[in-house]
Amino acid sequence: MASVTQLQRQFIEYTTSLYNEGYLDDQFTQLQKLQDESNPDFVVEVVSLFFEDSEKLLNNLATALQQKVVDYKQVDSHVHQFKGSSSSIGAQRVTNMCVHFRNFCEEKNLEGCLQCLQQAKHEYILVRNKLEALFRLEQQILQAGGSIPMME
Amino acid sequence: MDSCNCIEPQWPADELLMKYQYISDFFIALAYFSIPLELIYFVKKSAVFPYRWVLVQFGAFIVLCGATHLINLWTFNAHTRTVAIVMTTAKVLTAAVSCATALMLVHIIPDLLSVKTRELFLKNKAAQLDREMGIIRTQEETGRHVRMLTHEIRSTLNRHTILKTTLVELGRTLGLEECALWMPTRSGLELQLSYTLRHQNPVGFTVPIQSPAINQVFSTNRAVKISPTSPVARLRPASELSTKRYALMVLMLPSDSARQWHVHELELVEVVADQVAVALSHAAILEESMRARDLLMEQNVALDLARREAETAVRARNDFLAVMNHEMRTPMHAIIALSSLLQETDLTPEQRLMVETILKSSNLLATLINDVLDLSRLEDGSLELDTTTFNLHALFKEVLNLIRPVASVKRLFVTLSLSSDLPEYAVGDEKRLMQIILNIIGNAVKFSKEGSISISAIMAKPDSLRDPRAPDFFPLLSDNNFFLRVQVKDTGMGISQQDMPKLFTKFAESQSPATRNPGGSGLGLAICKRFVNLMEGNIWIESEGLGKGSTAIFFVKLGFPGRLNGSRLPHMRVPAKLGQTKFPGLKVVVVDDNGVSRTATKGLLVHLGCDVTTVSSVEKLPKRHEKPPPLIVGLTGNTDKAMKESLLRAGMDGVVLKPVSVEKMRLALSELLEHNNT
Repeated sequence: MASVTQLQRQFIEYTTSLYNEGYLDDQFTQLQKLQDESNPDFVVEVVSLFFEDSEKLLNNLATALQQKVVDYKQVDSHVHQFKGSSSSIGAQRVTNMCVHFRNFCEEKNLEGCLQCLQQAKHEYILVRNKLEALFRLEQQILQAGGSIPMME
Repeated sequence: MDSCNCIEPQWPADELLMKYQYISDFFIALAYFSIPLELIYFVKKSAVFPYRWVLVQFGAFIVLCGATHLINLWTFNAHTRTVAIVMTTAKVLTAAVSCATALMLVHIIPDLLSVKTRELFLKNKAAQLDREMGIIRTQEETGRHVRMLTHEIRSTLNRHTILKTTLVELGRTLGLEECALWMPTRSGLELQLSYTLRHQNPVGFTVPIQSPAINQVFSTNRAVKISPTSPVARLRPASELSTKRYALMVLMLPSDSARQWHVHELELVEVVADQVAVALSHAAILEESMRARDLLMEQNVALDLARREAETAVRARNDFLAVMNHEMRTPMHAIIALSSLLQETDLTPEQRLMVETILKSSNLLATLINDVLDLSRLEDGSLELDTTTFNLHALFKEVLNLIRPVASVKRLFVTLSLSSDLPEYAVGDEKRLMQIILNIIGNAVKFSKEGSISISAIMAKPDSLRDPRAPDFFPLLSDNNFFLRVQVKDTGMGISQQDMPKLFTKFAESQSPATRNPGGSGLGLAICKRFVNLMEGNIWIESEGLGKGSTAIFFVKLGFPGRLNGSRLPHMRVPAKLGQTKFPGLKVVVVDDNGVSRTATKGLLVHLGCDVTTVSSVEKLPKRHEKPPPLIVGLTGNTDKAMKESLLRAGMDGVVLKPVSVEKMRLALSELLEHNNT
């Protein structure tokens, strides 16, 4: 079992890398700031909500794009939703992907949309894995008796 | 004739002879009787007569002799036996007494003679005492005069009064004809006649000091008689000199009297001269002290005036600064705000460049204004730290964020390392600490063309706080405080030895044009130093020379926050100037069809203390008739200006641009509430 300081350092490095690589942005920090004694699992809750929401949205998108006649308006609204959720938790790359997605929607570019969907899914899975790893690290630190270092 | 027992020559009784004898005997007897009477009478008259017994004896002797002669009268003729017996008795008694008297006289006469000599002696003595009495009386008289004179002299501290009084009194006491005072001239080579008794205006008489008579007088403490021909006595003939080696007092006896100077008069004059000297020196001291006091008073008045002027100046400056503070900042802020808003709009690249330049310049100007204002308040000592609890780690991250753009443009690597024992939260002046760090790091970035900048922050150990160049810096650690040690190392152009001392001096820039800061004002480090000092710390910069980079190190004292135990939030802040920090009881309904976003927004508002309910769409809103209609705030990610305007036109009371931060929400809410409350 690694020591608390080692775990904390790991946590810091990991989080830094997430920010540096653009997976997360300032919005995530804002969420972390909202967590307090009255709301100890706020971040986890919101992130879990995001995971649920995203899965649903991605499924909806896949279904919508597989229609014979694609309803771009609906696709757009789903993407809009996705963009909203991802930006709310600071999943930067996902949000950026959504922006591109919406452009293709406007152009009614099916190829582009499908491509974007794939990429968005890919980004989403990445960010999900990263966040899950982050939460695991947090749990480890808390169990070892340390405190979560405040990050940028 | 019968025959008788007495033997007598038998010649014829000569009637004449007999007659004469008869008469003589009678007169003798008379005398003999009257002498004692006289004696008794006169003795009785005189009070003292020690020889009464002698007188009695003498009286008896005389009486008896008289008796004898008287009885003799009867024995010329025939007489009876009784007469003979009486005669015999008388004679016998007379014989006895006379012998006794004779014997007694042997003792008495020497005594009487000695009385006489004693009387002579006493008379002489009395005459002598009389003389002496006379002398004493005169002396006492003069003593009284001296006392009075001294009293007069010492009762005044005015030099002229002293000298005039002296002359007058001496003249009166000693009955002088003239009395004069000679004082040295300014050149010290001559004596000048300064005061006289009877002459009204002594004019122009001078006498060289080196003349023999004067030397003679000056060489002794005593009064000296001088001849009337000496030059000092030129006023009138006959004189006497008395002096203390400063001035010469000349006293003249009346020329028409035959008086000579008596010893006691000379003594008196010496005494007076002493007293006058003392009085004069006192007068001199008093004059000095009065002059000094006047001078002091003048200086006091001048100083008071200067102080009041200085105070007025300081007040004027503070007023000016206060006004300028507000007046300068308002337009500055307007420029900056509008320029940044302008930046958000659609601009051509050229326009964007221009706007960026405007922004940069105005930011610089704003910083400069703040710096100047800060510095003047710092120098006053009127600056106080705003102590709050803040997130130390976050502060460093923010600094890093601010510096990152510039650093990346210059291809500089920036690394930050915070030691693990550095507390997350600290108590201190967050804004100013940020200013210090930003200034130091900003300098590091400014002066480095390439390479890296490494920032490290640790909680300082006591021994590492001592800077060998600041031997009087003794950091005091207590349980509630710790020292934050920050080190910023860069690989930039370094600092030469000659520039080192002036680093923290305001407005002083380095001499070599290569290292001169083109955009700086020279105030930054000076302000940093002031702030660091206010935080009871120390700051210095080390460099190995030009081109070898530099390291800036500073310590500041911060406090430990209260035990938070896992809570990650700071205590309630001191309310910022921008209105409320919490909105207790504020009822908010969040309407958002996106669940994640809804939850995030709810969390944010809960954090701000609001009472939040969430609804996924407007239709789901419970119908409420609230007296003041609720305020509506729109949250949108659309940065299109048109969107914002149309939202506001649609009836929204406020618009917040996503991404929404706690600060943004707080600002929006407080502005909204303020706006609506007015």
